[in-house]
Amino acid sequence: MATFNLTVNGKKQQVDVDPATPMLWVLRDHLNLVGTKFGCGIAACGACTIHLGDMAMRSCQLPVSQVGNMPITTIEGLSENGDHPVQKAWLELDVPQCGYCQAGQIMNASALLKANPDPSDEEIEAAMNGNICRCGTYTRIKKAIKEAAKAV
Amino acid sequence: MTILKTSYNRRSFLKTTTVAGGGLMIGFSWLASCQSNPEATLTMPKEWFDINGFLKIGENGLVTIMSPNPEIGQNVKTSMPMIVAEELDVDWNNVLVEQAPLNTAIFTRQLAGGSQSIRQGWEGLRMAGAAARQMLIQAAANAWRVSADEITTEAGILIHEGSGKKAGFGEMASAAAQIPIPEEVKLKEKNDFKIIGTSRKNVDGLKIVTGKPLYGLDYKREGMLYAMVAHPPAFGLKLKSFDASQAKVMPGIKDVFTIQSYTAETNKNAFDATAFTDLVVVAGNSTWEVMNAKKALKLEWEPIKDYIDVFSGYAPGTFIEKNMPAGSESTSSHKALMAEYGIKPGKVVRKDGNPEAAFKKAVKIIERTYTAPFLAHNTMEPMNFFAHVTADKAELVGPIQTPEFLEQSVASRLGMPLDKIDIQMTRMGGGFGRRLYGHFGVEAAVISQKLNAPVKLVYTRENDMSYGIYRPSYHAYYRAGLDKDGKLVAFHVRAGGIPESPLFENRFPAGAVDNYLAESWAIDSNISIGAFRAPRSNFIAGAEQSFLDEVAEAAGKDPIQFRIDLMNRAKNNPVGENNDYDAARYAGVLELVREKSDWDKRDKKGRGVAAYFCHNSYVAHVLDLEMESGKPVVKNVTCAVDCGIVVNPIAATNLTEGGIVDGIGCALYSGLTFKDGTPEQKNFDTYRMIRHAEAPKNIDVHFVKSDVDPTGLGEPPFPPIMGALANALYKATGKRFYDQPFFANQDILG
Repeated sequence: MATFNLTVNGKKQQVDVDPATPMLWVLRDHLNLVGTKFGCGIAACGACTIHLGDMAMRSCQLPVSQVGNMPITTIEGLSENGDHPVQKAWLELDVPQCGYCQAGQIMNASALLKANPDPSDEEIEAAMNGNICRCGTYTRIKKAIKEAAKAV
Repeated sequence: MTILKTSYNRRSFLKTTTVAGGGLMIGFSWLASCQSNPEATLTMPKEWFDINGFLKIGENGLVTIMSPNPEIGQNVKTSMPMIVAEELDVDWNNVLVEQAPLNTAIFTRQLAGGSQSIRQGWEGLRMAGAAARQMLIQAAANAWRVSADEITTEAGILIHEGSGKKAGFGEMASAAAQIPIPEEVKLKEKNDFKIIGTSRKNVDGLKIVTGKPLYGLDYKREGMLYAMVAHPPAFGLKLKSFDASQAKVMPGIKDVFTIQSYTAETNKNAFDATAFTDLVVVAGNSTWEVMNAKKALKLEWEPIKDYIDVFSGYAPGTFIEKNMPAGSESTSSHKALMAEYGIKPGKVVRKDGNPEAAFKKAVKIIERTYTAPFLAHNTMEPMNFFAHVTADKAELVGPIQTPEFLEQSVASRLGMPLDKIDIQMTRMGGGFGRRLYGHFGVEAAVISQKLNAPVKLVYTRENDMSYGIYRPSYHAYYRAGLDKDGKLVAFHVRAGGIPESPLFENRFPAGAVDNYLAESWAIDSNISIGAFRAPRSNFIAGAEQSFLDEVAEAAGKDPIQFRIDLMNRAKNNPVGENNDYDAARYAGVLELVREKSDWDKRDKKGRGVAAYFCHNSYVAHVLDLEMESGKPVVKNVTCAVDCGIVVNPIAATNLTEGGIVDGIGCALYSGLTFKDGTPEQKNFDTYRMIRHAEAPKNIDVHFVKSDVDPTGLGEPPFPPIMGALANALYKATGKRFYDQPFFANQDILG
């Protein structure tokens, strides 16, 4: 066990956990931020995507000990009121079916738009390819990302 | 105006006490924040008046509608309340939606499966809304001393034109709650619908995109422990012994023990199928600690003997027992066995005319064989359940498609009366049939009882993918005979699988061919199976539609016209009496897709068509693809659907798109293989799922305009896309594809 000082969604947080604990479980079990989802545990599905700084990261493979001073943003902190352009586009196009993977999709898409505000279809596909949607909302997700790109 | 006798003329049926809502939350706001409609314009009322079990009205006119059925992503949590709101005649913006708990006294068929929620809920939901409206009208009639017949409603307002009196529903809610449930209700004319048929966004949309707790995995309770299970690594094995000495002393671990999820005394139903009843449980303070301790277990397994389990397949006569033979099965031996059975006569399940004589006379005979592997459901939210079992009651919260069955199983397993079992349904991170099988709920209850603590059972992805309850592996042999004019004069299908046959002997083209023979077979297996989105249709549709494409080609006919000619035959002069489809509606979706895809004018390179009828809805697809660097790229799918009235077009379209993407993924990439009883894919690094770059670039969904009562869409668009895909692949490559997955050896992405 060790103590870690984290900045999550702009808030200072202290957790006392095994240093190998992935951020996914620190968020879900210790900080009660359950918007970040568990899908595979091996960084193969994207459901657990968060931002480390501005970068999209699979939190199931990110040990808390490696976070250091980097700020963490989760789906709960992407915007104050669910009005980030990506969230708005998701609502506008009514993207979700079951909705379980969508937090990871949104976090990955918002990191993509930060790095590349006007991605081509191919760039969207390449950037999003690690995020599985079992319900098959891929075509809607792509439309929503393009919609959000107009507003970013 | 339709007048329906309500099935609830006893006040006690529809009138109930307040349905449990806020009693279960701890840690964070759970069911309390029921404001599901982001567009709601009214604030929360001071008081709610229960009008009937389906809805309550606040003094300010805000309405809460209970959504009775489990939500797995099929969007019933929006569309079912829309139907109630329509007949109640309220402004949708003033409606909140709550997930109803399991309550068999009020609701019927609280089950997500078979694409039946809307179809079977339709009448009851309309009656619930109409009954409430009638009670509000009666309350106003009493207050205003006028006849109820003279009162009309409009968007939540009661109006008496003669006197000019008006009142909001909220003002009459208290009085309406005292009015007896009417024995007859008047339903709206369908062309007066204002909500049904209009697009309404997902009532949980805002919660989903902001990461609010919604799913079973998100549910927490103070003092809750986390538990994981270890099950045998292979089918055909069971637990022999375990050494938990190392795991038990690891940080955060409370206990390690074995459970029997079901005992010989448990009264199992068909949804209690499982290949693994003896499980090792690790329980502790956090998921990560439990996960680590599980890895430190030393487990020994031994071979099983033959045993009998409930049959969880969807072959006719579903609720029967099934032999689970001893032994270690492998995909290679499965394939050899299926090939052997495929050339032997099976059990004749339908015969029209004289097929053998017709085949002898035929001038052209086409024979083809199709196969498909086992599939894992792979819902993105792994199996999990919360349970808190005390001496006198059991509370369960989690993702379950069959809450009523789970309640019965838990009651039987714990030896408690049904009324001591409380089941709350969470939104589910996918269902696809997997969560019909509630063993994980029973396991959670048994674990909580043993720990004497609230507990959340969580499956790892590896648990989830290797536990069983798979889509069976299937095989179908087809033979068609054509006469000199290219007319289909004989048709033969012989289909089977491990461990069930995919055959529907009374579906098209049965009824359209004079000489027809259908045979069925099945091979026992100890690999547990279950319903997977459109059970059996999810294979046989693609096989049949690929075969018909080849037959049409051999007959020198256009594949759409060839099918429509057969359907016209079935419509005008059907063969046999027992044909499970409406040939006119079937042909209707083909006509619509022909028009919308510009079929007659466009070049057919890379273009394939298929149509199918299952789960009461008709779907036809035209798929366009191009080969790029040896890989298929689906450019466009044009889809025509006849599901009767479309309750919520935006959601119906989304669900149809999802079925198309899922079907393309399954047919091109997915499959589960076995070696010595062990699943060879246990996570998404080896199990191939369709991903963003492989999804169609565009999907156009069109609905047949209809005023027929609505049917479901969770399943129907899924099976036929596999046929359209196979046929398009042929038109792009010149090669026919018979064995799914068609592109198994493509690189795994991740």
